Amino acid sequence: MIQVSRRRFIKNAGGAGIALWLGINVRGNTIIATNIIESGNFTPYILVESGGAITIFNTKPEMGQGTFQSIPAIIAEEFEVSLDQVTIKNTNGEKPFGNRQRAGGSSSIRTNYTDLRKVGASAKEVFIKAASARWQADESDCYAENGKVFHKPTNRTFTYGELVADASKLELPKEPKLKDPKDFRILGKMAKRPDVPLKTNGSAQFGIDVQVPGMLYATVARSPVIGGTLKSFDASETLKIPGVEKVVQVERIMGRYHSVGVAVIAKSYWIALKARKTLKIEWDNKGYENFNSVDYEKHLRELSREEGVLDKTIGSVDSLNLPPEKNVEAFYETPMVAHHTLEPINCVAQVRGDQVEIWTSTQVPSSITGSGENDVHKYIGFMPDNIKLHSTFVGGGLGRRLNVDYVIEAVGIAKNLSQPVKVLWSREDTTELGPYRPMTFSQLKGGFSEDGKLISFQHKVISPSFQEAMNPAYDIKKVDGTMVEGIGEQAYEIPNLKTSYVRADFHVPVAAWRSVTSSTLAFCHECFIDELAYKANKDPMNFRLELLSKPSDLKRVLLKTREFSHWDEPLPKNRGRGMAQWEFFAGLCAQVVEVTVQPDQSIKVDKVFAVIDLGEVVNPDNVKNQVEGAIVMALGAAIKPGITLKDGKCMQHNFYDNPLIRIQEVPEIEVLILAEGGKVKGVGEPGLPAFAPALANAIYAATGDRIRKMPFDLKKV
Amino acid sequence: MISLNVNQKTYQVDVDPNMPLLWVIRDIIGLTGTKYGCGVAQCGACTVHLNGEAVRSCVTKVSRAEGQKIVTIEGLSANNDHPVQRAWQEIDVPQCGYCHSGQIMSAAVLLRENPNPTDQDIDEAMSGNICRCGTYLRIRKAIHIAAEMQKTKSNTGQTKNSVSPVKI
Repeated sequence: MIQVSRRRFIKNAGGAGIALWLGINVRGNTIIATNIIESGNFTPYILVESGGAITIFNTKPEMGQGTFQSIPAIIAEEFEVSLDQVTIKNTNGEKPFGNRQRAGGSSSIRTNYTDLRKVGASAKEVFIKAASARWQADESDCYAENGKVFHKPTNRTFTYGELVADASKLELPKEPKLKDPKDFRILGKMAKRPDVPLKTNGSAQFGIDVQVPGMLYATVARSPVIGGTLKSFDASETLKIPGVEKVVQVERIMGRYHSVGVAVIAKSYWIALKARKTLKIEWDNKGYENFNSVDYEKHLRELSREEGVLDKTIGSVDSLNLPPEKNVEAFYETPMVAHHTLEPINCVAQVRGDQVEIWTSTQVPSSITGSGENDVHKYIGFMPDNIKLHSTFVGGGLGRRLNVDYVIEAVGIAKNLSQPVKVLWSREDTTELGPYRPMTFSQLKGGFSEDGKLISFQHKVISPSFQEAMNPAYDIKKVDGTMVEGIGEQAYEIPNLKTSYVRADFHVPVAAWRSVTSSTLAFCHECFIDELAYKANKDPMNFRLELLSKPSDLKRVLLKTREFSHWDEPLPKNRGRGMAQWEFFAGLCAQVVEVTVQPDQSIKVDKVFAVIDLGEVVNPDNVKNQVEGAIVMALGAAIKPGITLKDGKCMQHNFYDNPLIRIQEVPEIEVLILAEGGKVKGVGEPGLPAFAPALANAIYAATGDRIRKMPFDLKKV
Repeated sequence: MISLNVNQKTYQVDVDPNMPLLWVIRDIIGLTGTKYGCGVAQCGACTVHLNGEAVRSCVTKVSRAEGQKIVTIEGLSANNDHPVQRAWQEIDVPQCGYCHSGQIMSAAVLLRENPNPTDQDIDEAMSGNICRCGTYLRIRKAIHIAAEMQKTKSNTGQTKNSVSPVKI
C-alpha cells in the first residue's frame, strides 16, 4: 500500500514559493530531497507549486509499454487535472518509491491501479477542504475540475496553486472517496501519449544518448566462449593507438555468472571499438569450449525420463491405469532466443570518491540505487545514499534490462577513471553474450475416459532454471516456479492433473524474456490441448469450453473470442484457423490465427484476432498497440532461428543471422479489449504467449501437420 | 579536418575519414536522434538523408559525406511537423521509440518519391527498418495518413518539408 497519510509543506529555496509537497523533489534540490527521504511516510507522486505548476511523477521506466502516460493518468483522473496541464517526470530510483520503480511482469497498472487512484483522490480532497474553509462554504457545494476548486452556488474558483498554503496544513485522508468510473474523463478513453512527440524528432533521450562533459567511451572484450573468463592480456599495441586512454580489466556479474573481460577506454566509441581488435587476450574457457547446443538438447531429451520435482497435483494421474488407446503423449521443444532490445546495452558512469553517478536505460532503477528490496547495488560497490541515478527512456526492456550486469560493469570501469565513461555493447556483444531466454522442453500426456472425457493431464518441463541462474541460494531440490509458470493454473477442469519440473544445469546466462516462461510453455501446453481435441474428434473451441463448466474469466474470454473471430464460419479449403489462450500471473489473452496454404505449400499468416481481458483499461489505444507488438514479437520467436552454441560460442552475431520480423511479414491484427471490472490484469506481456500455439494449431487445421518444435519455417512446414 | 553540412549548419570535425558518419553525428557533433542499432546496415535505426537520399549512416564513411548535404531527424522539420512526424503523432505509432528516427527518415524519402504508396510500396521501402516493439501496422497506416497530409499541406500553413529534393 502507498501511504497517503502525511503531507509535506516546504519552502522551496529554488524560488517556486510555497509548495504542497505530495512528492519528492527529483529536480536537483538535494536538501529537500534528503529531508523527505528521511521522513519516509508520505505521498510521493504529486507536486503542486504555489505558482500553479503541477508535476506528477511516473515511477515506472518508460520502455514502450506506455507508463509515461498511464501511471500519471490514473493519478490525474482522481486529482481532477488534465495531463496537458501537468509536467510528467520520471523517478530515478529514489527511496520513497522503492520497488514501485520496477517495470516488469506487466505489473505497472495491475498492481498500482487502486493505490494511485487513492493518491489522486486524497490530494483532491484536501484542496476542496481548503477552498471550502476559505469560502466558509459547505464542502458538498464544492467540486474540483481541471486543477481548480469551484464553489457551485457562487461560481467562485481557486486554482490548486492558490490553495497550496492552506491545503498543506490539512491531513490527507487515508480512504478518500473514489470517482464513479462512469464519470472518468481520462481512464478508459483513448489518449495521446505525451512521450510520442519526443520520439518523432529525436529529442527523447535514451541511455545511449546521454552525453556528460569530458565523457570517455568504452567497449569490452569478453570471452567469446560463454562461461570463459580472462586469463591474461597484452594491451601494448592497443595503447599505442591515438585516442586510446586506458585498458583495464572488468568483471561482469549476473547472478551466478561471473566473467572478467578487458575494457578499452578511448576518446570516441569508434576508436575504442577498432582498438579492441588489437588486444591480445588469453581466455580461461574452463572446458566450456566443448559445449554444443545440439548435445545439450539431446541431454534435455534424456532428462525427460527423470521424475523431476512436483509442481502441482490434482487427483492421481498415476493410479488411473488407462488402456493405451486412451492415452496421448507428445514431446515439445522450444529454442533459446535473444532479447534484441533495439537500443543496445549501455551505461554511463562517473565515480567521484565514494560517490557514483549513473545514467542508463533500466527496468529496475530501485535495484541500481538500492532503494528496492533487493541488494544488487552491493555489487556496484557503493552505499545506496551515494548512488545517484538518471533513469532515461528505455529503448526496449523485454526483460533484458531487469538485469544490471551492464551497470555493475560500467561502474567497474569508471572506478579506474576520473572522467565519466559511456560503456556501449555492440550489437554483436549483445547477441553473443546473453542473457537469453532459456529453452524449455515439455513432455505432455493426456488420458481419456471410456466415454471420451479428458480426465488426465500431465505437463513436465525440462529446462535450465532462472532461480538457479540468478539466486546462488536457490535450492535445486525445489521446483523453480518460474519454469512451470502457468501450467498448473489453467482453468480447464481436469480431474487428474500433474505438473512437474526437471532442472537442467546450464552455464549460459539466462533471463526473463517478455512473458517469461509462458512464452514457451503456452506453445507446448496449448498445442497439446489442440492435439487432445482432435484426438477426441472435437472442435478445439468446443473441446476447451467443455472443460470449463464453471464460470471463469477464461470461459468468458473464450465465448467472446468465438464471436469476435467468427470461429464458427467455415473457411475455404486451403485455409485454416487455430486458437489458443494463456492465463498466467501477468494476465489473460486468447487468440485465433488464420493461415493460408499457398500454391508453393508455404504458409501465409493472414490474420490474428486477439481478445485481452483486463478488468480495467487505462488507455485502450495503447493496449491495442501493445497487443499488436506482442504478437509481432511472438511471431519472430516462432518462425525465426533462435540462439545456438557451438564450441562454446554463440553462432549468431547480428540481425543478418538472428533476424527479427520486418514490416512485410506482419499479419492483419484485430484486438478486442475486455474491461468488465474484476481483477485488474496486465497488458505488456499477455498478448504474447497465445500467439505461437494459435499459429501452430492453425497450420495443423490447414495442413494436418502437427508442429511440436519452435522455431518452425513457414516455407517448409 | 572534414567539413560537414548537417541540418544546414557547417561543422569542422577532426576525425578518422573512415569513421562511420553515425558516430560523427552522435558522438562528435552531438546530435543523438540518429540511433545505433546494428552497425551493419541491417536495422535502419541510423537512417539519415544524404543529399536527399536515405542512407545507413552506420556504414557510410564520414569522408563520403564531406561537403554533402546531411539531414538528420533533428533537421527534418523546424517544428516536429513534417507530414510523417504529424502522422506518427496522430496515431501514436511509437512504443519505445528507439527505431522511429530511422523509420521516419525512411518514410519521408518514400513519400517524396512516391506520394501515393500502396501497402506493397510501403513494405518494400520500409523493409530495411526494424521495429522491435512491432509497430509495423501503425507505421504502414501512418504513412498513408502522411500521404494524405502531404496532399493538403499547402492549406495547413505548416513549415515546408525540408527534405532536400537534390539527388546524387
